[in-house]
Amino acid sequence: MSPESLDIGRRDFLMTGAAAAAGLIVGFHIPATDAFARQAAGGPPAALPDPNAFLRIAPDGSVTILLAHSEMGQGVWTGLAMLLAEELGCDWGKVRVEHAPAAPAYFHTLMPMQMTGGSTSTWSEFDRYRQVGALARELLVRAAAAEWGVASAQCRVENGTIIAGDRRATFGALAEKARALPAPAEVQLTDRSAWTRIGKPTKRLDSPEKVTGRALFGQDVRFDGLKVALVQRAPVFGAKVVSFNDAAARKVPGVRAVVQVPSGVAVVADHFYAAREGRLALAPTIKWDLGASGSLDTEALRVQYRELAQRPGAKAGGKGDAAAALAKSSRRLVAEYEGPFLAHAAMEPLNCTVRLTASACEIWTGTQFQTGDQAAAAQVAGLKPEQVSVHTMFLGGGFGRRANPASDFVTEAVHVAKASGLPVKVIWTREDDMRGGYYRPQFFHHVQVGLGDDGLPMAWRHTVVCQSLSKGTPFESEIQNGIDPASVEGTVDSPYLAGLDHHLVELHTPESPVTVLWMRSVGHTHTAFVMESMIDELAHAAKADPLDYRRRLLAKQPRHLGVLNLAAEKAGWGTPLAAGRARGLAVHASFGSFVATVAEVSVQGAAIRVHRMVTAIDCGVCVNPAGVEAQMEGGAVYGLSAALHSELALRQGRVQQGTFNEYGVLRLSEMPRVEVFIVPSTEKPGGVGEPGVPTAAPAVANAVFALTGKRLRRLPLRLI
Amino acid sequence: MKLTVNGKTYEVDIPDSMPLLWVLRDVLGLTGTKFGCGVAQCGACTVHLDGQAVRSCITPVRAVGSRPVTTIEGLSADGSHPVQRAWTEVDVVQCGFCQPGQVMAAAALLRQKPRPTDADIDAALEGNLCRCGTYQRVRAAVHRAARMMER
Repeated sequence: MSPESLDIGRRDFLMTGAAAAAGLIVGFHIPATDAFARQAAGGPPAALPDPNAFLRIAPDGSVTILLAHSEMGQGVWTGLAMLLAEELGCDWGKVRVEHAPAAPAYFHTLMPMQMTGGSTSTWSEFDRYRQVGALARELLVRAAAAEWGVASAQCRVENGTIIAGDRRATFGALAEKARALPAPAEVQLTDRSAWTRIGKPTKRLDSPEKVTGRALFGQDVRFDGLKVALVQRAPVFGAKVVSFNDAAARKVPGVRAVVQVPSGVAVVADHFYAAREGRLALAPTIKWDLGASGSLDTEALRVQYRELAQRPGAKAGGKGDAAAALAKSSRRLVAEYEGPFLAHAAMEPLNCTVRLTASACEIWTGTQFQTGDQAAAAQVAGLKPEQVSVHTMFLGGGFGRRANPASDFVTEAVHVAKASGLPVKVIWTREDDMRGGYYRPQFFHHVQVGLGDDGLPMAWRHTVVCQSLSKGTPFESEIQNGIDPASVEGTVDSPYLAGLDHHLVELHTPESPVTVLWMRSVGHTHTAFVMESMIDELAHAAKADPLDYRRRLLAKQPRHLGVLNLAAEKAGWGTPLAAGRARGLAVHASFGSFVATVAEVSVQGAAIRVHRMVTAIDCGVCVNPAGVEAQMEGGAVYGLSAALHSELALRQGRVQQGTFNEYGVLRLSEMPRVEVFIVPSTEKPGGVGEPGVPTAAPAVANAVFALTGKRLRRLPLRLI
Repeated sequence: MKLTVNGKTYEVDIPDSMPLLWVLRDVLGLTGTKFGCGVAQCGACTVHLDGQAVRSCITPVRAVGSRPVTTIEGLSADGSHPVQRAWTEVDVVQCGFCQPGQVMAAAALLRQKPRPTDADIDAALEGNLCRCGTYQRVRAAVHRAARMMER
């Protein structure tokens, strides 16, 4: 966006706002993972937004909507525009979308930072983007009414045109006048029954630029004088550079600088190829102090986690006396579940471009954490946050990796720009990205369940071992009484446990030099696998049909039941299948939405083949059904990759996997038929970016059990 | 060194071992072709060399010679190639990063096999990874593009 296009009032607002934002990142409370619950608890009504911050109407009638959130594939580019357009009444064909700059005007409606995560974008903006549209429409109507000397009530809006009697004016013609009017103190939103856009399947607005190569990602930033840098980073977590010799690297044609930064040594060159050649020449010369993590081994960690899981941990939730009830139960099942560190492995490897001067720092990157990155960059640059501008580019996948409280890929690039004195685009190679940490943590669960004579659970004791995502970050205050909610979400709040008089969930939070971070569906990536596999084990022990068993346990959970029944019906649960096939079921609530999945599998040798996934979602009011379908398809694939293939292993502190031949992800040839069904609902909107992921692994594991009798309790699922 | 890209001839002064991908992106400024892995493991860098789909990240520019290169920017002037139209109609893209490679791989397939089966599509696009999970729509869009091209 060009500065000229901002009106004066807004520019003032941006300046004061950014200054006020400084320091907010410290000691900050992030409700990203359980924001839904908190919002449901009620909060003060927010003031009406400033429409100028979110909307520009040009004389030609084009409407540019500024996105407070990042488009990373999840479809906010289209969905939030739909919300605004619903109220504005503009011509959909004239809608353009841009990422907003980093500024307080674009803070999340629930937290004082600009971010995209926790599957919150659509529901948290449900009111604000509609209010902006309604405010702007009201101003345009008032401008027309004043010009024509009629009452506002005599004006109606049709597709970007205001009409009163035989007078007509386009939004474009009225925008200048409307801008000068005072904003109304309140605004009436369209009743649900009159919606024309919300709930209507709508194609993505960003397709044309994404199928022609015109869409610009962080990797695509170019300007005169921009150099490309690669950083040789620590071979093991926490290692420090002792010394290096840059002579060979500097001899590579095109290499302009070799500089040390806190994360390693950067080679800055005219283009990627020279930077890579320079880094190859540099790497063998770096002496590292490996520190304490040079012996880290994920197999040893499994053993350590298993031992920890046998001991009492910090209490995360519970009721009654689980131990006593277990002792009294007629049957007891004990099971251990586990899974590895995972890399987000977005298709676009991390990158960040920085242009630094004495008084300004400009950043171009795909980020989910604009104002956090802004504050962190300011600190490194020795500037104030308002001197740092953040240009959000399209994200070539985010999945949580680009929402880092440590702002690792941003601060590093600022360091490289500062040390080299050059504008730089720091590009991570695939291997850099995969070995760079901030993983979904390795986990271990120990579960004991006591069954009553009726075959239903009467006591449940559950111990989770999982590194904390928040510990040591500005979000540490999330941890209460030793419990990081992200480690146990999906377990402590499980409807299965809520129905039991005796249950206990405990947590061990081991520390490790391996950095960890939220990954698409966060704690639910493992808790849903464990809970839904365990329920299946109980159903089998009780000689009950997995669907009937769940129906009994979820009898008081109408939204769980709704998706469960819909998915089962559409999948033909209980009907005969071809020989060598079986179905498995899972149901799980996360991020304010409810999802059930039926997977149909076969086994060929040691390979698990998924043929069909039938998924039902209840996400409350559905803004863009087409977008929800796409997110559920994508969530299934992300979940299947983790269920069938993905795993990071560390040996002697070194991450063993570097690229996609070692770190498996689902491929086209393995893609099952995915069928998505949306439960019609008038409930408050829930999230859709993440809730499609958690059910994939347990549905497949349960199907494999139904087919083979083998209970697979470790991710990725392996038959041998 | 001379290179013909999207019908235009460029004179470039670069090491002949430089992968075509980086010549396109960093020298010619054609950033539609993406860097996803650098070792032919993801397909994001797929371009056409003499009409065939190749991984530009492992194609040294000296191996290109006088053969014409087509990138996503040159597939059509305005996004009107049947594959691009089908992609938009089926609403394939999510983050979009892998899509130039998917589109180029699909266009090359359809040139060789105007009526591909699912198995043909799977085989041809097996190496084009997508983490957003658009695969089902990729298949559907290739079939749709095939029908468009028949007409």
